[in-house]
Amino acid sequence: MQPYLLEIKDLCLAREGRVLLNNVNLALKSGEIHVLLGLNGSGKSTLAYTIMGCSGYTPDRGQILFEGRDITGLSLSERARLGITLAWQEPARFEGIPVGKYISLGMKEPDRQRVLEALEAVALPPAQYGYRAVDKTLSGGERKRIELAAVYAMRPRLAILDEPDSGIDALSLTDIERLIRRMADEGCTILLITHRDELAEIGDSASLMCLGSIAFVGNPEETRRFYREHCRLHPTPPEPLNLGFDSKGGQP
Amino acid sequence: MTHMPRFIPPSGDVAPAWAGELKAMMDAYQQAGGDPKVLELPQVATLVISANQVLVAHEIPGVHFEAESLPHGVRARIWVEPHTHLAQPVHLCFGLLPAEGIQEILADYEIGDHAQVRFLAHCSFPNAIKVEHRMQAHIRVGRQASLTYAEEHFHGPHGGTVVIPQAEVSVEEGGHFTTTFSLTRGRVGDLRLDYLVRVGAYGVAELVTKAYGKGEDTIHVREVVVLDGPGARGLTRTRIAVQDRAQSRVDTVTEGNAPGARGHMDCTEIVRGQAQASNNPLVIVRHDQAQVTHEAAIGTVNRKELETLMARGLSEDEAVDLIIRGMMR
Repeated sequence: MQPYLLEIKDLCLAREGRVLLNNVNLALKSGEIHVLLGLNGSGKSTLAYTIMGCSGYTPDRGQILFEGRDITGLSLSERARLGITLAWQEPARFEGIPVGKYISLGMKEPDRQRVLEALEAVALPPAQYGYRAVDKTLSGGERKRIELAAVYAMRPRLAILDEPDSGIDALSLTDIERLIRRMADEGCTILLITHRDELAEIGDSASLMCLGSIAFVGNPEETRRFYREHCRLHPTPPEPLNLGFDSKGGQP
Repeated sequence: MTHMPRFIPPSGDVAPAWAGELKAMMDAYQQAGGDPKVLELPQVATLVISANQVLVAHEIPGVHFEAESLPHGVRARIWVEPHTHLAQPVHLCFGLLPAEGIQEILADYEIGDHAQVRFLAHCSFPNAIKVEHRMQAHIRVGRQASLTYAEEHFHGPHGGTVVIPQAEVSVEEGGHFTTTFSLTRGRVGDLRLDYLVRVGAYGVAELVTKAYGKGEDTIHVREVVVLDGPGARGLTRTRIAVQDRAQSRVDTVTEGNAPGARGHMDCTEIVRGQAQASNNPLVIVRHDQAQVTHEAAIGTVNRKELETLMARGLSEDEAVDLIIRGMMR
């Protein structure tokens, strides 16, 4: 049995001469909540898109292993079918797709009960939201909660949650934390990306990203302390590094 | 004007000579997404026209039909008495069952002051190989009246339908006019939609048009909204998807001619394969307190939307199809 569900080895990504990921190494054990802390622009979302296989995020170097299998060359859909998914920091909107259907998209078998449960878990009354469209009539906060509900309903093996706490009011934050715990209890491994160190408390392990590299790995408390002492005192990142490997370009 | 017979169409009472035609129309209506049983409800006003024959004209209190047969269609007058509030929509069912032919509907709609009604129009051409359907409508929405007109087309798979819906609409003071034209099932064929809406003081007009072109289909949408009255509001929302070698052209015009008039044009066209799409918005403002805006997105499916769905395990084709189907809902 593989000790790690996800292993990232020496991952490098540059675009237009700017290094976005610089020899990133990270390993997540199955079933754990790993909190990835970092300031805005440190490369957290880039890492999320690269793990997910989004267009324009093909690494220049390095490997992504899922259960020991190299998935670096797999498409986004193929990775999703292995059980990897991503909750976007700013979720897309869809005209004409009802919330209930959107939430059920990733489910292997239709399960109405699971959809209702997912909506309730993010404190959105199913009767009020189930048939609304996932469009611009929803607020940013509602949209984020629906995104999390969709990830929950999917029962993924690995959920990458990109800043699930941004744009969510303080009251809802408790719901979000509870949902993350619930997913972990169901066996889902979670990579929780945030720049708010308070959220690190929820994690089993944590790491800190800075200038496209993993600068610190430890338990959540140690990582928070390191983040507060080193990163928050120096919030402006210096000029981007030039490590000498070629940029592939890619879509913005 | 020759008044056609009016009758409620419970199945046993249908004139035998028309029964077959009516049954075929109801089958086509069902294919188009309608529920024929609704048309049998006594409290539902219904007008069914097949080719140039009025098969059903069922009036209810406050809603009246007059119809006259023409060589290639029907001239109809539909009016709703002032202050009529209908819980159920008025059902209109137009169609032509043979593979070839012309159907021309010349219709005058009169919505009395303070009336509130919805119309559901189903247009079925399930066997069309060479069919032309022309609709020339004059619609008056009275003061403080509200009309919601939803027109849904169902065409067969051959693409041999020419559809020419033309409407001139007048929305009087405080009136509210909403129309949805939808041609997303079966082949479009050749669609030439041309609507002109004049909106009076504090009136509202909302025009939604959806079409999904495939093969060699051609779509031309022209919508003109003239905001003549103070505080008048207008919105055009056009959603087109074209694939294969289909072509679409959307010309939208909004004029803001009075203080407080507000207009907006919103056009999204998704292009796949060798299809082609264009949007030509024209904004005209003739008063310094009026404002008209427009937005358009034409081209491929939004990447983020696509990848969001793919992250749930959908293939790229499945994701594109879902996005288009959603947009067409």
